[in-house]
Amino acid sequence: MRKKICAENIGNETQEKIKELSMQNVYACYQCGKCSAACPATEEMDMLPNQVIRYLQLGMDEKVMEANTPWICASCLQCMSVCPKGVDLARIMEAIRMIQLRSGKNEISIREFDDEYRKRAPQIALISGYRKFLSLS
Amino acid sequence: MKYPYFPGCTLYTKAKSFDEAGKAVALKLGFELEELEDWTCCGASFPLAEDYDIALSSPTRALVNGAKVGDKLVTLCAICHNVLKRTNNVMKTNPERREKVTGFIEEEYDGSLDVVHYLEILRDEVGFEALGEKVEKPLAGLKVGAYYGCLLLRPADEMQMDDPDQPSIMEELLVALGAEPVDYPMKSECCGAFQVVHSDATATRCSREIIDSAQSRGAELLITACPLCQFNLEDRQNEMKEEDTGMKTLPVLYFTELLGLALGLGEAMLDTEKHFTDPKPILASHGLVAADAEG
Repeated sequence: MRKKICAENIGNETQEKIKELSMQNVYACYQCGKCSAACPATEEMDMLPNQVIRYLQLGMDEKVMEANTPWICASCLQCMSVCPKGVDLARIMEAIRMIQLRSGKNEISIREFDDEYRKRAPQIALISGYRKFLSLS
Repeated sequence: MKYPYFPGCTLYTKAKSFDEAGKAVALKLGFELEELEDWTCCGASFPLAEDYDIALSSPTRALVNGAKVGDKLVTLCAICHNVLKRTNNVMKTNPERREKVTGFIEEEYDGSLDVVHYLEILRDEVGFEALGEKVEKPLAGLKVGAYYGCLLLRPADEMQMDDPDQPSIMEELLVALGAEPVDYPMKSECCGAFQVVHSDATATRCSREIIDSAQSRGAELLITACPLCQFNLEDRQNEMKEEDTGMKTLPVLYFTELLGLALGLGEAMLDTEKHFTDPKPILASHGLVAADAEG
């Protein structure tokens, strides 16, 4: 599908919100790709971490909102550790999740966990998972 | 010496041996962990969204309570440690957010507390050399991979425990215990963390890569300071074995369990029932625990 990149889309409301929540400047990124090289979870992602920033630079936040990448991110901070420009991509991923969670999206359903799993899993897995994947948590 | 101590939710239940061995070892080494009164869950993840102040209120309350009884707050759980230390950093460096959060919980706090991990107490207060002298059952010949994971080390400028790429604090501990630390490239990679409740395939694959990396360098078991890493690395082995029936399992212990064993506190330090991969056969093969009758 052809996509038109136009200046009017750059800096729209969603991008402003991402900037406000993450405190990160996507234009600091020069697309070296070290974040994607360091990320341990790219195998399950449908958009590479550096591409998330690239789309935001181009004002194409709707692509980022559709991607599974922020939901596969485990906030392990490898990306921010290797970034030569000091961009904390984990915060950008969190902002993208937050915008969706705050509009009511639930990425997981607690009901789908069977009782046996709930008993086996440590609190820390459930609580941190709920914080990352459920609205109002 | 008594230190205020924040155990966290998981150390009260699923990771009881991490906590109990930590306390017993402390006494043996001449210090005491004194649990904070009325602590609550830290939130189990540091809020990365800048406006999410409410998520800082619970860890800040723990910090406030810690500051009332001492100048240090000791943690064992890597996640609690990360959340408390990063929250403390916000309190110290961001007056606007501090005012909002402390106003909400109706407390005064300036971030003066030092959030210290148990490993740092061992290194900086007890000293690995002095610790080595107290070893009663040297772990001679035991090849152990130290698994750091993410949150003890990153972000490095806030956590300030060790080099995030080449950490060595747990290897130094292992040397003091007489064990053979195994260096392997994946020791500070992510196990998949909370993805286990979302994309368990990610957690299984990430954990497998860590296990393979450690085993390829000869590790017979891993030690960790994180109950979520411990869970993923051990529990995911069930899935791994379904895919790969020939896979050799790898036990994952809390570092305090192994420490307790080396200090002569006995098998009571190991909660073998809570471990999904039994560490006893490998420990028994080195004469560190009694061999099970069934083998």
